[in-house]
Amino acid sequence: MVYLTRKAEFSASHYYHNPVFSAEENRRIFGRCNNPNGHGHNYTLEVTVKGAVDARSGFVVDLKQLKEIMTREVLDAMDHRFLNKEVPEFLTQIPTTENIAIAVWQRLAPKLQKAQLHRVRVYETPDLFVDFYGEP
Amino acid sequence: MSVDENRSTYGKCNNPYGHGHNYRLEVTVSGPVDASTGMVCNLVDLDGFVEREVLSRYDLENLNTLKEFAENVPTTENLCVEIFEILQRGFPHAHLEKVRLEETMMNSFEYAGSAEPRK
Repeated sequence: MVYLTRKAEFSASHYYHNPVFSAEENRRIFGRCNNPNGHGHNYTLEVTVKGAVDARSGFVVDLKQLKEIMTREVLDAMDHRFLNKEVPEFLTQIPTTENIAIAVWQRLAPKLQKAQLHRVRVYETPDLFVDFYGEP
Repeated sequence: MSVDENRSTYGKCNNPYGHGHNYRLEVTVSGPVDASTGMVCNLVDLDGFVEREVLSRYDLENLNTLKEFAENVPTTENLCVEIFEILQRGFPHAHLEKVRLEETMMNSFEYAGSAEPRK
């Protein structure tokens, strides 16, 4: 079993706000991230897939196809977008890095055929990242 | 594979003149910390082994001309597995956890033998 990781970068803006909370609670819990005008991040996405090395091709997965799937399913939807307003998942969920990692997993997992999705890692900044392994 | 299948499978990588990469290799070993040295294994030994058995074999070489790639395509998957096996066969001073090989800044591969690489 070989694990293959492909990186991609995207830029997006977001803010944190839960309509269930009062304005004061939102401010207290989310701090500066609660500014409704949003703020941006340069996200780095790492997608790891696993699989046996195909004896004929020597590949776990065709990297070009993986790149195309990541571009189509994730980057086209999230790059240079205001996540709260433009990405369907975040109309009802707060676009935290945790929820972004889960959304990326849910977008990619059904599209991969030969290799199996192992991990989605999303860096919000170089100092902060989230790993999601598809576990509940 | 036929000429067409090679082209469709490997794209630009099928150019028979070859192409180069600046690979980066990470070797992870584990073990208890020796009470007298404070080390898992002596890094000089590990560096020496990697230099002697891996880098001197593969650095600035045309991988396709080597015997281990006479029948296996030198994809980074296969190179990663090959390096893991060299270490597993020849480096007894610590437990080999995994080999991670970066082909480019955007692609990397990990192999941990029959185990799953540690999270």
